[in-house]
Amino acid sequence: MAGAAVTSGRGRRQGWAPYLLLVPSLVFLAVFFATPMFQAFGLAFQAPGGGYGLGAVQRMIGDVRFGRALTTTLLLVVAIIPIQFALAMGMALVVNARLKGTDLWLYVFALPLGISELAAGIVWFSIFTEQGWLNSFLQQVGLVERPFVFLSYERPVLLLLAIVLAEAWRATAVIMIILIAGLQGIPRDFTEAADVFGADAWRRLRYVTLPLLKPSIRVALILRTILAFQTFATVLALAGSATNVLAGEAYRWYQSLRDPRVAAAYASLILLLSVASTVFFLALIRTNEERLT
Amino acid sequence: MSVVDEARRPPEPADTGRPARARPARGSPAARRRRARRLTYAAAVVLSAWVLIPIYLITVTAFTPRRVSYQFPKPLVPTELSGETVSFFARSAGVLPALGRSVMVAVVTLGLSTLLGAPAGYALARYRFRGKEAYRLLILSTRAFPVVILSIPLAVNFITWGIYDTVISVALMHTALALPFTVLITSSIFVSVPRDLEEAAQTLGCTPARAFVRVVLPLALPGLAAASIFTFVLSWNEVFAAVILTLRNRTLPALVLSGLSRSPLPFRFAAAFFLLAPSLIVIFVIRRYLLGLWGRVSR
Repeated sequence: MAGAAVTSGRGRRQGWAPYLLLVPSLVFLAVFFATPMFQAFGLAFQAPGGGYGLGAVQRMIGDVRFGRALTTTLLLVVAIIPIQFALAMGMALVVNARLKGTDLWLYVFALPLGISELAAGIVWFSIFTEQGWLNSFLQQVGLVERPFVFLSYERPVLLLLAIVLAEAWRATAVIMIILIAGLQGIPRDFTEAADVFGADAWRRLRYVTLPLLKPSIRVALILRTILAFQTFATVLALAGSATNVLAGEAYRWYQSLRDPRVAAAYASLILLLSVASTVFFLALIRTNEERLT
Repeated sequence: MSVVDEARRPPEPADTGRPARARPARGSPAARRRRARRLTYAAAVVLSAWVLIPIYLITVTAFTPRRVSYQFPKPLVPTELSGETVSFFARSAGVLPALGRSVMVAVVTLGLSTLLGAPAGYALARYRFRGKEAYRLLILSTRAFPVVILSIPLAVNFITWGIYDTVISVALMHTALALPFTVLITSSIFVSVPRDLEEAAQTLGCTPARAFVRVVLPLALPGLAAASIFTFVLSWNEVFAAVILTLRNRTLPALVLSGLSRSPLPFRFAAAFFLLAPSLIVIFVIRRYLLGLWGRVSR
């Protein structure tokens, strides 16, 4: 939107030149984005002998691991989003408070931005594994007598918690950056005015900052939810086969069981869930500009 | 439990709801502000610890001898440092070729997405044309889709085309992932280069192409470099598509992931350090552009 606002007044009109500049990216996206998207559904509904059928979808739903993969993925999404938003909001507010060394705080908070799912998964594995850092610490301060097994399929809640922590650690930075950009768009006068009228920090946040931050919050929510539906390497690195998620099942069906149709059925399901969540957030958080100005 | 507890810290260091302490100037705005500031510093320290402690732990693990990985309880402060674990990882079968492929995939991704995306970004920033908003919306809407999942149907295509299990096929997938970001980021970078300068160059006799190369490009270069570095990291880190689209010619993350359950602990820990070390440097290099890169894209 920023680009449109800046150029709408003075942009030049030059026939076909802009279209020529767009064509390469459009062609590429048509071949490597739009086509495979439809192919995913095509593949999922393909019958083994040719023609179409529900075979792959039935195999997916009938699989013993399907239910657990679906619930784990949904639970992850539900648990990750609020924790990450709380953390990201805290970081964004700290950066926006312009403490001494703002650049340094921002750098530290943004560090995980470049850390991959896989690396984050192994990092937290080194913490939570039986002879890992957490147990080392707990034993040294005398809280446990022998290492406690955190990552076991017998403790699904702890397992989920470990994955949520790893994901929160890794991917909070993206949300923070979006929120900071949003915060910087809010004129200081607004919160200062609220301060003058006696609003405390919590009320300034609740009634001034958050409503004005709605567009950024919405974008961050959508982005993060879609990424959470694709959670894969973190789970594999932390839990191995002790738990499973939708993307992990897609990988297993493709790689180990060599059935791209069922893998495509999983991919289609993730696609549908992502689009549904986007629509949900767009409907849930309406940004009525009038109220903001 | 220190690390775990920090995650659940309340995010906003608001000073409400605290029991009133008997201090004379408590209610005064100045005192209130000073206390809020102290709390903000405390929050900054706690949040930094939450980010830094895991990085510290994996770094320590990577630079202690292999046997320490199996030792329990581990010393929280390392007693001896060595490059043994890291060199064990680097010398393991397939690691160096995979590292080379990762770099190649990232470079090709970077080149392709810039080549395809930067012209579109320039068009969005500088021209008015019919369908501009539709194009922008199209690019934005790609974010509603889990792109890496598309690697499964793409794998079937790549097998048909005979480019399965190659650097090119992974790079094409990563370009599909990076392209929308490249378009939006380059567009916001070109918007920030004043049009007047470009027009002045043209008035003084430059052709549009020359004005672009001599005036716009040098001014946009730092931003473009930061965006490129980010694309590089995006590709370097991506593992789902990489592991689906390769079999023998794994990229580094794909190699580590596919052998994860079989690999010894020191291998995994050194791999994690290897995978995250570049990002520590990269984020430092592009730290001034972070807000511009991601912030502007989100509007």
